[in-house]
Parts: sequence; structure tokens; C-alpha cells
Amino acid sequence: MGRLPSPSLPLFSAGGWGMVAALMKAGSPAAFRRLCNEIGTVDAVGIEERVAKYATRSVKQASKVAGLKLVVSMVDLTTLEGKDTPDKVASLCQKALHPHAGLDVPPVAAVCVYPSMVKHARRALGADTAVRIASVATAFPSGQAPLRSRLAEVKAALADGADEIDMVINRGAFLAGEFQLVQDEITAVRDTCGAATLKVILEVSELETYDNIRAASFLAMRVLRPGDFIKTSTGKTLLNATLGNNQVMLEAIRDFYLETGIPIAMKPAGGIRTAKQSLHFLIAVKETLGDAWLTNRRYRFGASSLLNDLLRQLEKEKTGTYQAPYHFSEAAESY
Amino acid sequence: MATPTDRKRPTLRPQGRPAPKLIFGDLWEYDPAPETADPKLKPRYELFINGRWVAPASGRYFDSINPANETKLAEFALGGTADVDAAYRAAQRAFTTVWGRMPGGERAKYLFRIARLLQDRAREFAVAETLDSGKPIKESRDFDVPMAAAHFFYHAGWADKLDYVAPGRKVAPLGVVGQVVPWNFPLLMLAWKIAPALAMGNCVVIKPATNTPLTALKLAEIFQDAGLPPGVVNVITGPGSTGGAIMAHPTAAKIAFTGSTEVGKTIMRSVAGTDKRMTMELGGKAANIVFDDAPLDQAVEGIVNGIFFNQGEVCCAGSRLLVQESVARLVVGKLRNRLRVLRVGNPLDKNTDVGAIVSRDQLNTIQAYLKAGVEEGAVMWQPPCRLPPKGFFMPPTIFTGVTQSHRIAREEIFGPVLAILTFRTVEEAVEKANNTAYGLSAGVWTDKGSRILKLSTELKAGVIWANTFNKFDPASPFGGYKESGFGREGGRQGLLDYCKLT
Repeated sequence: MGRLPSPSLPLFSAGGWGMVAALMKAGSPAAFRRLCNEIGTVDAVGIEERVAKYATRSVKQASKVAGLKLVVSMVDLTTLEGKDTPDKVASLCQKALHPHAGLDVPPVAAVCVYPSMVKHARRALGADTAVRIASVATAFPSGQAPLRSRLAEVKAALADGADEIDMVINRGAFLAGEFQLVQDEITAVRDTCGAATLKVILEVSELETYDNIRAASFLAMRVLRPGDFIKTSTGKTLLNATLGNNQVMLEAIRDFYLETGIPIAMKPAGGIRTAKQSLHFLIAVKETLGDAWLTNRRYRFGASSLLNDLLRQLEKEKTGTYQAPYHFSEAAESY
Repeated sequence: MATPTDRKRPTLRPQGRPAPKLIFGDLWEYDPAPETADPKLKPRYELFINGRWVAPASGRYFDSINPANETKLAEFALGGTADVDAAYRAAQRAFTTVWGRMPGGERAKYLFRIARLLQDRAREFAVAETLDSGKPIKESRDFDVPMAAAHFFYHAGWADKLDYVAPGRKVAPLGVVGQVVPWNFPLLMLAWKIAPALAMGNCVVIKPATNTPLTALKLAEIFQDAGLPPGVVNVITGPGSTGGAIMAHPTAAKIAFTGSTEVGKTIMRSVAGTDKRMTMELGGKAANIVFDDAPLDQAVEGIVNGIFFNQGEVCCAGSRLLVQESVARLVVGKLRNRLRVLRVGNPLDKNTDVGAIVSRDQLNTIQAYLKAGVEEGAVMWQPPCRLPPKGFFMPPTIFTGVTQSHRIAREEIFGPVLAILTFRTVEEAVEKANNTAYGLSAGVWTDKGSRILKLSTELKAGVIWANTFNKFDPASPFGGYKESGFGREGGRQGLLDYCKLT
């Protein structure tokens, strides 16, 4: 879309052209409708009924153990605090590599830290490690910084050794109907990423409706590469990953894959604190996208306190009793 | 303006590459998760007449089997005309001496008590229902039993407010009503029949289906526990002829039947010339209409719920899918992927989505329809699934390329079989939907509210669901048009079918 100069006059005081220009800058009023016509809409009542059925699935015995271990391998162990320090990040990395002795659990998929902490994470993990380093670049969580400084942040994180970049989309532009701008910014970050994996955070609670979440998923997927992620939330708003918005995004990924053959990965983040919850999400993946997405290359959990609950449940499956919380090393939670 | 579609990256698959497919395998499989609550079965169940367990006059018993493994569950009394006579005498006596003259507020206490006792024993009843009928435990647990309790609660609430059922008029009970219920929702249909009759002050002689008598007798245990006066409800088990005797009995002031259209017609002939009241809830061949602007994934969910709920053994099942031609391929593709993850198997497993067909006879009937569908040129598809070695199982089945003249689009199959037809315009959709002898239910899927309102007046069906399917509520009247029957069950309208207005 051609970028027009901003109108110097208020919308209704100038002549016809000023008004048209203003409308076009704000994105065409019909843009959202047009996108919905193309990709279809979501019925909120229906999708919530669907996901309620995931929670009635009963996962027991060996399948429970296998599911919990799979979730461990999918965790992006996260610390995103103003008070993060090199030592805090180092202990997070140690936990990521060795979640718990004696349980035969794999390392987690990645650690997720702010850009300034990437070099400390790299030092703690070493160059040759199974745990990847993800960094929330692009003025996380609001994204309200000029594009050039957001891109500079991405470059800095990559230079310090990040393997994955978690970016936020421009929600302001999305809600104003400027879809092209949203997509162009994702493209710019993607191009800056080079070989690194890109995760696009939609911040679903600010998009609010399932239709918006589906539309934003498609805007992102259309410029992503195979194996890049779409992600629900920053974890910094009131409502984060739910089974409902997870399902909307999984169905978007499925439809896009069947149309183009490009497999996009998915990461719910924020609000998934218990092992039981995480199994419900895993059931959603199994029954919507199938076996090819049951791997940490295609599905991740952005979480901090989840890991210890997974370990607690695994310990319970192994020994038959629940261990006290102090039995498990604490490295991710906020103190 | 460039739309997001025609940007740098190709959004269409490069030519020559195979179509992408989803893999629904067993990389992470669920372990068996059987429901373990004790159904508390007795080896033998007698007739329930005048508040007591009574041996049948014939002295004979029949077996009820578990359709999921073909083993015997229990023996049931083979009731005959003499037993039906005794039941009507008890009911008439209860009506004239106790129940018919009891204040509504007092009757309500019994109904509330029955509802609460049913809730207390919900798991036990759910397991019993699943054992007897083959329906998945998640349905008996989450739908049949709670909904049955809800019907008793709802009608208990009416019992002391009957002066307001028909404003400006007085209502009075009819007397003794004879009722026959089907095997697809054994307990729930008992509740639909018994609760409004009792709330209004009528007494009941009822026969559960021959295949599924278990929960009727267990419900009789609850009537005893609730202290319901003897004779208010009498339960007679037996073959179809015993049901005929209940319908034809001269004491019956009203008869109520839920079952096939064929049997319904026989009953109506048998009572012609009498002054008995009648309500009939018979067969259906519902159209589920999907327009191109519908939220398709939720529509697919509704299609699945519409036809595979209770193995499709539902009179209001959405057995005909009418899908707008422009989205037909897309919808069928989504439907197939959805069916691939439906779990068919042991009904007692909490993860089972599709259970067992109620009987070998019914399985044979369904299979004959599959054969007919294929012979008439429709294309059959079933997802790959492993069926248990014993029991009456049938994978979910869809037929594409179906037209209005195929038998599978005209006749009620009463099984997990979906006939998919296409249409081009709204008018065509309505015409095709109404082009059936039945008229029990219909579904409409569209984002356009005005179209829903228009179709709700043009579709000739007793229940029309918009952007959902198979939703029930005790406050909502349910019943049919045309050969799907007459009379309503549930709500104020349902109560009116159980009273005299003066």
C-alpha cells in the first residue's frame, strides 16, 4: 500500500481528498471484513465448547508420563523481569539443562530472556548446547518503539548469541486496521533474524476477539518461514494463553498448512502453570494438528512455574506420592 | 492496494508437490481410562406395580445384554396384558385416592426428592445406562443423567404454579397416562415423560424399550426411596406387544409415545375411535444447513455433534448435511480430519467418542443402508479405526455425492451415517431441507443473523438450531411437524399436553 502523507487537516474540515487520505492511512475500513471473507470467521461459543472437550479427556498411566516428559521438552523456561541478573539467568540455564536429577527427563527446549541477558545465558549454556536461547526483542512487551530501534534490539540479541527471537506485533496498527504495516514490520524483523527462528507474539488479550486472533495469525503466517512460530502472549497482560485462543491459532496453522504446505509452529505463553493444564493443551495439538506437531520444533510452552509442577507430577507417577515443593530446585519463579 | 495475499511469499503450494496431510497416529496415545463406578446391578428385575416388585403373570423373564461385549447384564420380567391391567388398576387407584387430589406444592416435594436422589447416584446411573445402551460414558455422565435430573427439577418447580400455565383458565390432570419410551435415551426419555405427567397430577404406566429396561427399574428404586405413593408410577418391562397393550388399555386417558414413525402409525390406528389424548414423538431426517459465510470449524463441530452424538441414534440427529456448493469441498475436508480423531470403542472408556450400536438388529439395519447408499452411487468414506472384536460397533460414516432421491437422504437410518448434499441458493436450501416426510429439527450455520431469522420461519421443523446443534433444555418445548409427530415435550407447552383446560 502506498504510504500517503498524513493529512494536515482534521477529518471533517477539509475537502474530499483529505478525508479519503485519512481513511486510507487508517487502513481501509473494509480491510478487516475482506480478510475475514478470505480466511473465515470463528464462532466464540462453538470454539469454547470444542476446547471444553479437551479438558474431559482422561490421560492416565504411561500416556500421562509420556505426555509430561514431552511437555518438559517443549518448555521455553522464561524469566522476564526488570530485576533479572546474570546469576539469576545462570541458575535458570542450569535448571533448563538439568530439570531434576533421577527422573530421566530431557532438558527443556529453550530459555527465554531479555536481550541484555542473552550474553549471560550464552556464557552459562556454552556454545554447544541442547537448550536454545530465545530473546524477547522489539521493545517487549508493548512494542511501542520506532521500528529502527526494535530492529537494532533484534540485531543486538542475535549478536550476543540468541537462537530465537520473540517479537511482538504492532497491536495499535492492527486495531487501527493498518494490516499492511503490521505485516511489513513482521517481514522486517524476519529479514533481520537471518537464520534465527522467529516467534511472533500476537498478544491475544489486546486483540480481544477470536476473529482478530485468527486474522492476526494469518497476517503473520503469510510472511513466516517454515518452523517459525506464532505465539499467544507476552505474559504481561491479565489474560494470556487459554485453550480457546490456542485452538483458534492451531486451526489457523492447520488451514494455512493444508493450503500452502508451510508448517508454522505454535507457542502458548503465560498462565499455564499446572501439568494438568499443559496436558489439555497437548491434547488440543494432538487432535487438531496431529503427530507432526508433537515436537518442540513445532510446539512450545512459554512458562516458568510450569516446569516444577511437571516434575512434581512425574515424581508422583514414579514414587506414588507427592513430594513437598522444596524438594524441587527453584530457578525460574519470581521471588 | 496490494492485499496481504499477493506479497513476496507464495501462499499457494508450488505445483507438483503432494498435498500436505495431517498425521493422526499413535505417537502419543491415551491409555485406557475406564469409568469404575459400581452400577449396582441386580441379577433379576421384577415389574414395578403399586410401589412393589411383582413377578410377571407369565412367570417368564428375558435377558438384556451389553451391546459393547454381547454379555448378559440382567434378567427382566416379561410383562403381559394381565400385568398391564394390574398396573392400570394401581395407577387409577393412586390417582383417585392420593395423587390427583394432592396439592401441587406437595407433589413438588416428591419431584424435587427424585431429582436430588438421581443426582446423588449420578455416576451409578451413568454406568448402568452405558452398559445397557452402548452410549459413551462421557455422554451418559455429562448429558443423559444430568439432563434427566434437570427435567425433574424443572417440573417440580411448575407443580405449585400450575394456575399460571394457562393464564385465565383452570387446569386439571387427565388421570392415568400410558407411556412407551425408546432405547436411544432410556433414562432421559423416562424423565421427559414422567416428570410433566406427575407435576400435573397424573399417574403413569410406562414401558421402557425391550433393549434398554435397566435404568427404568433403577429409577423405580429411586421412586421407592423418595416415598412416592404406591401406584403413581408403574413400570412394566416386556416386548413390543406389551407396549401395544399399554397404548390400547381403556383406562388410559392419554397415551404418549416416542419411537419410530412406523410404530407410531400402528398405535394411532389402534386408538382410532377412542377419546384418548395422544402425543407422538417420532422419527426425523434433519437437515443441517451450512452456508458459505459460516464459521466453518465450528460448523464441522456441530455437524459431528449433530450426527455422531449417541452413534447417530437420535431422532433429531442432523443426518442430512446441506452444504453450500462453494464451500462443500472445504467442509468435507475439514470433516474428514475431524472424524480421524473420533475415538470409537469401549463405551465405558472416558475417552470414547462413539460407542456401540444398541443391538445387532440395529447394526444390521444400518449396514443395509450403507449397502443401499453405495449401490445407489453415493461415495462412502469412513476414517480408519480399530473396532473391538466383540460388540456392535460401526465407524462414523459419511456419504458424498448424495441427492434428494437417494434412500440414505430420505429414510431415517438411526445410526452414525451422514448424507452430504449440496445447494446453491438460500431458496434451494429451504426447499431441499423441507423435502422430507419428517420435520423434527434443523440446523442453520451462517454469520448472517437476518438469514437465521428468515429460515427459522421457512423451515418446517419443530426445533431449529442456529450455529449450534443438539442443544436441549427442560424449558424448551421439543416436538415435530409432519410425520415426526405432534405434541410438545418440555416447557409450558409440554405441560399443557398433560392437562385438561377448563
